Amino acid sequence: MSNEAAIHPGVISHGFQEHQEAHHHHESFITKYIFSQDHKMIAKQYLITGMVWAFIGGLMSVLFRIQLGYPEATLPWLEDIFGHWAKGGKISPEFYYALVTMHGTILIFFVLTAGLSGTFANFLIPFQVGARDMASPFMNMLSYWFFVLSSIIMLSSLFIQTGPAAGGWTVYPPLSALGDASIGSKTGMDLWLISMALFVVSQLLAGLNYVSTILNMRTKGMTMTRLPLTVWGLFFTAILGLLSFPVLLSGFILLLFDRHLGTSFYLSDIVIAGKILPNEGGSSILYQHLFWFLGHPEVYIIILPTMGIVSEIMSINSRKPIFGYTAMVASLFAIAVLSFLVWAHHMFVTGMNPFLGSVFVLLTLLIAVPSSIKVFNWLTTLWRGNIRFTVGMLFSIGFVSNFISGGLTGIWVGNSTIDIHVHDTYFNIAHFHIVMGVSAFMGMFAGVYHWFPKMYGRYMNNTMGYIHFWVTLVCAYVIFWPMHYEGLAGMPRRYYDYSTWESFKQFVELNRVISFAAFVSFMAQILFLFNFFYSIFKGRKVTTKNPWGATTLEWTTPIRPGHGNWPGEIPEVHRWPYDYGKDGVDFISQTEPVSKNESGGH
Amino acid sequence: MTSTEYFIILIALLVFIVVFQISKASEYVSVLKGEKKALEQNNRINAFLMLVFLVVGLIAAWWCNHLLYDKTLLGLPAASDHGENIDKMLWITLIITGIVFFITQILLFWFAYRYQASEKRKAYYYPHNNKLELLWTVIPALTLTVLVAFGLYYWFKITGEAPKNAAEVEITGHQFGWEYRYPGKDKVLGRQHFKLVDAAKNNPLGQDWKDAANHDDLHPTEMHLVVNKPVKLIIRSQDVIHDVGLPHFRLKMDAVPGIPTTLWFTPKYTTEEMKKITGNENFVYEIACDQMCGVGHYSMRGVIVVETQEEYNKWAATQKPQFLTAYPSGVVPADNAASGTAAPASESQPVALAGE
Ligand code: HEM
Ligand SMILES: [Cu+2]
Ligand SMILES: [Cu+2]
Repeated sequence: MSNEAAIHPGVISHGFQEHQEAHHHHESFITKYIFSQDHKMIAKQYLITGMVWAFIGGLMSVLFRIQLGYPEATLPWLEDIFGHWAKGGKISPEFYYALVTMHGTILIFFVLTAGLSGTFANFLIPFQVGARDMASPFMNMLSYWFFVLSSIIMLSSLFIQTGPAAGGWTVYPPLSALGDASIGSKTGMDLWLISMALFVVSQLLAGLNYVSTILNMRTKGMTMTRLPLTVWGLFFTAILGLLSFPVLLSGFILLLFDRHLGTSFYLSDIVIAGKILPNEGGSSILYQHLFWFLGHPEVYIIILPTMGIVSEIMSINSRKPIFGYTAMVASLFAIAVLSFLVWAHHMFVTGMNPFLGSVFVLLTLLIAVPSSIKVFNWLTTLWRGNIRFTVGMLFSIGFVSNFISGGLTGIWVGNSTIDIHVHDTYFNIAHFHIVMGVSAFMGMFAGVYHWFPKMYGRYMNNTMGYIHFWVTLVCAYVIFWPMHYEGLAGMPRRYYDYSTWESFKQFVELNRVISFAAFVSFMAQILFLFNFFYSIFKGRKVTTKNPWGATTLEWTTPIRPGHGNWPGEIPEVHRWPYDYGKDGVDFISQTEPVSKNESGGH
Repeated sequence: MTSTEYFIILIALLVFIVVFQISKASEYVSVLKGEKKALEQNNRINAFLMLVFLVVGLIAAWWCNHLLYDKTLLGLPAASDHGENIDKMLWITLIITGIVFFITQILLFWFAYRYQASEKRKAYYYPHNNKLELLWTVIPALTLTVLVAFGLYYWFKITGEAPKNAAEVEITGHQFGWEYRYPGKDKVLGRQHFKLVDAAKNNPLGQDWKDAANHDDLHPTEMHLVVNKPVKLIIRSQDVIHDVGLPHFRLKMDAVPGIPTTLWFTPKYTTEEMKKITGNENFVYEIACDQMCGVGHYSMRGVIVVETQEEYNKWAATQKPQFLTAYPSGVVPADNAASGTAAPASESQPVALAGE
């Protein structure tokens, strides 16, 4: 039905609309809230599932930060809750490694990939391209339920006897291939792999839908060059996912074979737990190539949607167009292409051929060029604006600040000569948490605060939002900035305890400060969750269709749009989405025809 | 739970309730005062906080540096020749990215403050400017080219062939420790194969006793290196991936099962000299495993002693070949020689970092 609407956007009859309305009334609780095919509802499902995961993943980091910040402390309640994993009130090394591994897996894949793209691609793509729904609403629903299935399996791995995967979120074999190598490589690892395989299926279903919706279902007049940058960001994200997730899946399948069928893709010359294994001729480095062929695009799968969100929100709240729309799209494109050509920069010290390494250095530093174009364009967007500090805008500015800080250290680690020193130290932790972890969360928060009125017809509480932002920004820097120094002391990542190391034991107080800030920051996130759910029911009501004075199509729908989004015909688009402050007019909606006496501009 | 823990929970809860009440109240106040006025006020506060964050943030960054600089390796000379190049590269990058960092962060927060909404001003319609955009494509590209050029120049030096006179030392990782093997007087490391590993028979490295080159190979518990003499490490792993992390030399290289790697460098200071340089009388060169290898990863520590040639010679003279530990008589019994034939004739050749 929605396909039809999109194929003939101009000719949607009233009959269609009546049908829509009628259809609406027949929705049961189950089809409306659970097995919904409405892109708006699926977006909310992704968002709330993502929040549950973010809470779990965040809590895990608080737990392992207890170990890092207070290695001497014994907290009997830990044993009450976690039993033998925290004997005597101390987190055991097994528990510590399970926590860091699941923390990484959950936040990177379940929150910042599924939660982030799932929410905003579903919510914004149909709205902003002017479609009644996704190309295939059914497949869209399926994608969400694959994600749920994958989530349930991952969650269940937390409760089995031998615990979840514990070899780091990258699960490198042979460690992850051999149950004898680590308790986390027993059943927990199988569940991890199965869960991730389902996750990949979910991502592929979702990605196909996003791409086909953007390509095929744009409303009349919505040329590609009139798409908001949010849609562009989500478009490239989906393409990255479609091209790289299958490679990851293949890597996982080979790993499953090695685990259970006695193959030797990744295994060779191994003596473990006193046993000599028969495997010969495999290469564990092969896995790393397969993993990072997704792994690097993956970090852009996380950041591109937020780049789009931030561009959009920044322009709206500066009341001026995004600076250099074409350059913004071109740089997204360049990043998308280059992100496939840099994966081995994660492997400079694996014994890789140094000449090959040098090629990856060149390509890696090349990717900093489009990144810096984006930063300068955001800065120029602020310049001579008339800035409204909505909570969404604050988080957008926070995003840019963090993206700069973390992007610049990318230039350090991207240069193999420096990476050979800081690889797998806290310097690296600082780099990617700032550039990806914090930035992406900031972009996601910006989007949630900004589109919350469209999602629920209410506003989130501003004061709580402001507190959330400032506490988060300050804590993020307090936590991650000093980690650069730890890294420059050579302090390795993924260590349970540093006290026996002459070279790394000097950071006791610092680690305590970091752990404390992590705790405070976690509290601020709880405040956000509270604000979110409270505002769904009790927030100030939205009274106008277009509360932010924005130009894009989602704000031309009713305050609480039904399935199908526009009660009448889908509006036609006449201009690009960034006519803010043109000819002294505050904003001109995309649906406004270009008038004769309008200046040329864009 | 202890009383402090209850206290923390209580405080957290209290803060929460207070924040919630204030937030609710502020919504009512804004209705009373008029939305517009409340928004304007919020805008001014947040704009001001942007400026505060910038200033306080810059001061905090300075203070953080002040507190932590001496705890890092930044103030210490690199202990290897390669390390010196790496430090140079690091400082070049630090300066360039540092400048960009300050300029962009200051602009960001300053613009946010300076261009806060005001009735008096209208936003400037400025959709694009090709010249500007070209400028900030070309300048970063040129800067990065310089960084790549320097980086690769050093990279090829570091990863190039080891000098002919380099000593060879084999280092093997396993869960969770390091083993060292020295070639002994013949300067040749004997053949080894993982299927010969047998800790019970004093052959933890799987040396093939049929190969006479093995008979003088040393198997000490610490790595000793001679100052100012190049050394080439042959790095192996017996089980999972480990990594020979050498923070003071600024180097690291993975230990991959089945695929030996190499790393060479020249130590510049003896351990004793480093004690003086660092002002830490407990200083030791530590080998830190830098690749997640299991539950004991954090304890996978090794020690390197760098010393003068004389000291080294004295130390080496006290070491007994592993062969003599396995066979105090110095002869390989027949049955063992037989099991030695299980090993393929060709030794797995190390893949050099140089890809030789
Ligand atoms: C200026 C552009 C960037 C460059 C040149 C760059 C370069 C690198 C390099 C070389 C590494 C490997 C370092 C090592 O393992 O020692 C790395 C790690 C990482 N980077 Fe970036 N990066 C950039 C931007 C980003 C962005 C935008 C993101 C995410 C949104 C990101 C996320 C990550 C992550 C997650 C890791 C660590 C993965 C792990 O080892 O667990 N980076 N980066
Ligand atoms: Cu990468
Ligand atoms: Cu390790």
